Amino acid sequence: MDMLLLTLESTLRLSVPLLLAALAGLFSERSGIFDIGLEGKMLGAAFAGGAAAATFSSALMGLLAALVVSVALSLVHGFASITQRGNQIVSGVAINFIAMGTTVILGQAWFQQGGRTPALSSAGRLNTVELPFAQAVADVPVLGPIYSDLLSGHPLLMYFAFAMVPISWWVLYRTRFGLRLRAVGENPGAVDTAGISVTWLRYRAVICCGILCGFAGAYLSMALTAGFVKNMTAGKGYIALAALIFAKWRPVPVMYACLLFGFLDAVGIRMQGRPLPLIGEVPVQLIQALPYILTVILLAGFIGKAVPPKAGGVPYVKER
Amino acid sequence: MNELAIELRGINKSFGPVQANRDISLKVRKGTIHGIIGENGAGKSTLMSILYGFYQADSGEIVVDGKPVHIVDPNGAIAAGIGMVHQHFMLVDNFTVLENVMLGAEDSQILNKGIARAREELKRLERDYALEVDPDAVIEEIPVGLQQRVEILKALYRGADILILDEPTGVLTPPEADHLFRILEQLKTQGKTIIFITHKLREIMAITDEVSVMRQGEIVGTRHTSETSVEELASLMVGRRVLLQVEKDAATPGDVKLSVRNLTAKDSRGVTVVDDVSLDVRAGEIVGIAGVAGNGQSQLLETIAGIRTAVSGEVMLNGRPVDISGKADPGELRTRGLAHVPEDRHHMGLILEFEECESAILGYHGQKQYLNGSFLDAAAIRADAEEKIRKYDIRPANARLKTANFSGGNQQKIVLAREMEQDPDVLIIGQPTRGVDVGAIEFIHKRIIEMRDAGKAVLLVSVELDEIRALSDRILVMFAGRIVGERDGDAAEGELGLLMAGVEEKEAAE
Repeated sequence: MDMLLLTLESTLRLSVPLLLAALAGLFSERSGIFDIGLEGKMLGAAFAGGAAAATFSSALMGLLAALVVSVALSLVHGFASITQRGNQIVSGVAINFIAMGTTVILGQAWFQQGGRTPALSSAGRLNTVELPFAQAVADVPVLGPIYSDLLSGHPLLMYFAFAMVPISWWVLYRTRFGLRLRAVGENPGAVDTAGISVTWLRYRAVICCGILCGFAGAYLSMALTAGFVKNMTAGKGYIALAALIFAKWRPVPVMYACLLFGFLDAVGIRMQGRPLPLIGEVPVQLIQALPYILTVILLAGFIGKAVPPKAGGVPYVKER
Repeated sequence: MNELAIELRGINKSFGPVQANRDISLKVRKGTIHGIIGENGAGKSTLMSILYGFYQADSGEIVVDGKPVHIVDPNGAIAAGIGMVHQHFMLVDNFTVLENVMLGAEDSQILNKGIARAREELKRLERDYALEVDPDAVIEEIPVGLQQRVEILKALYRGADILILDEPTGVLTPPEADHLFRILEQLKTQGKTIIFITHKLREIMAITDEVSVMRQGEIVGTRHTSETSVEELASLMVGRRVLLQVEKDAATPGDVKLSVRNLTAKDSRGVTVVDDVSLDVRAGEIVGIAGVAGNGQSQLLETIAGIRTAVSGEVMLNGRPVDISGKADPGELRTRGLAHVPEDRHHMGLILEFEECESAILGYHGQKQYLNGSFLDAAAIRADAEEKIRKYDIRPANARLKTANFSGGNQQKIVLAREMEQDPDVLIIGQPTRGVDVGAIEFIHKRIIEMRDAGKAVLLVSVELDEIRALSDRILVMFAGRIVGERDGDAAEGELGLLMAGVEEKEAAE
């Protein structure tokens, strides 16, 4: 029971950055801008968050810096792919490389700790919050531990991430902005002829993406750990992308996909070095590769065809 | 009724060195259907795009309802009461009808309030204009005719009084087109003004009150439809008189070159689409296959050309059998003297991304004259392409231009030149003039007759009955996969029409 609770608890913690990044990708890709640069934006935000929080000893400053850097990177991607009509994959990959290199160089130049940022004091961290009555109900059998250990006592950002699932759904399907955003990802011509600016709409989508990636990065360096470590995203941006495809670009399935991948991650950590009955010790690399293997297998035949937004990846040019 | 809905004064528009619109002045009266006809590339679509705010005119003035307006984007056009039904629908395929109609005209930030009102308004429009369509149907699941109706509803929902329809019948079946015409008549009686753009003379005569003819970016004439004729409009369009009736001598058929016996083929769903078809084509004659689209003509051509597998039957080419049990290899058929001009030049006839000179040898690129050892001989290929460009008057005369940048008529000429210049014994042609302008049609028809006179066997499939009648020495009518009748080339249109509609042979003869 304890074991299960612990695994689920780390599942929750590990799925938050995936969830935020995947939702970020959802906004961008639903508007027709493919974003392979989630990884780079998250990494940039994680570094900016860690650096600013350490320098000012303020979690708020850290969060702010993370958001600014991530939105700036997403605007670069937007400029390349919306205004300049460049190749969105190339632009995204470039952002990943820039983030990977710059964070290490600046980290070394500013803090001289081998690309790390200084460990954050509690003032610089995104602190955990206790849900109301967590102590009071802790002794209630079964439900008590679930509430007070599993659900309570996480950083505010985690509750924000899960709240963003229904909010994203509501924005996409119940607001004018969402209707137009989904339309521009399918047929920008329809949006243009309806008298709406394709460019401005896509920029707004890309900014939404930047903000959510910023939160994801801040969570990594300021909540999950206390400080930035070189290349700390470690492919989470790509896993988020896999979750997005896996969920066919829909918010609620995105959450389930991220929880699944988070769970695999948690199990992987827990199983490190432990032999399984009958099989023996499983190489940790295999466990780490599970999300990718699972995506390939499931995409290959179990979830049906994942049809991306029709206008995705294609810059909009007026006829002729 | 003499009030003007739209007046254009001296509109000019250039794209680089190309002047797409030259000093255009146009008056469209309120409550009428005004046709604009012209060949592909005459500047019709550019003019309408200026009116809808997609492009800015270089100079000139637009007057709507007596007031000069300055339209800088589609919003401005919508505000001025102008709606447009685009040639390629501007619909979001996975949205419902209602969502498509609302898009861009939502009342508020939150959709819920707007949806109820939009549904009401849509119901009213459907009732007033007899434009029934299920508001909750998803676009990709409804037929093209209904999708077009949604486009019209979109414009009306935005309060359009003036509707522009750009080549609206290009994607419609004949019954759908007839339905569209009834809708347009209905809209006219309700006081809407309609601008109808097409390159089909028949449609202009059928539906418009007035017609303006465009040629090379200019308006060369405006007529009352009731006071003009197809011949006058056609000659205005091309700047000279067109031979709608092709001149040809009587055929002198020789030996049987292509012989088909009891051919049967199925489509991918297992439905029999070619049913026990037998026919002969002799040297020096054109055999036309008439029929309403979708009665197996396409599949018959594909089977003979070796693209589709036959279920049973046999095909003889120059007296020798062709292997149709598996797929007959189209490459082998080519070397045996069968040339094929496919119906769909974009998907089967050309590679649009290739240069003209490359498209001009596709399928024959392994021949010695194009090779230099194992490599393609670029100089020879280009010389060959330039020769064809001269002979077939392909424009622009640039062998290095991307195939996609040629107009439909010129693309078709590229395919025809490629197949005809191989000097085949048998030429099978599908829809030789689909999407081709009047000037090119005349040219293509002449070339087909020349092939016949040179002793080639020509099998022709076209859904244009006029074309079949103009070219064929013998006409076979296909209905539901079977050949239901054979007539001479000069058979009456009405008689063929009955056969095409599936009326039994005996009844048709009476």
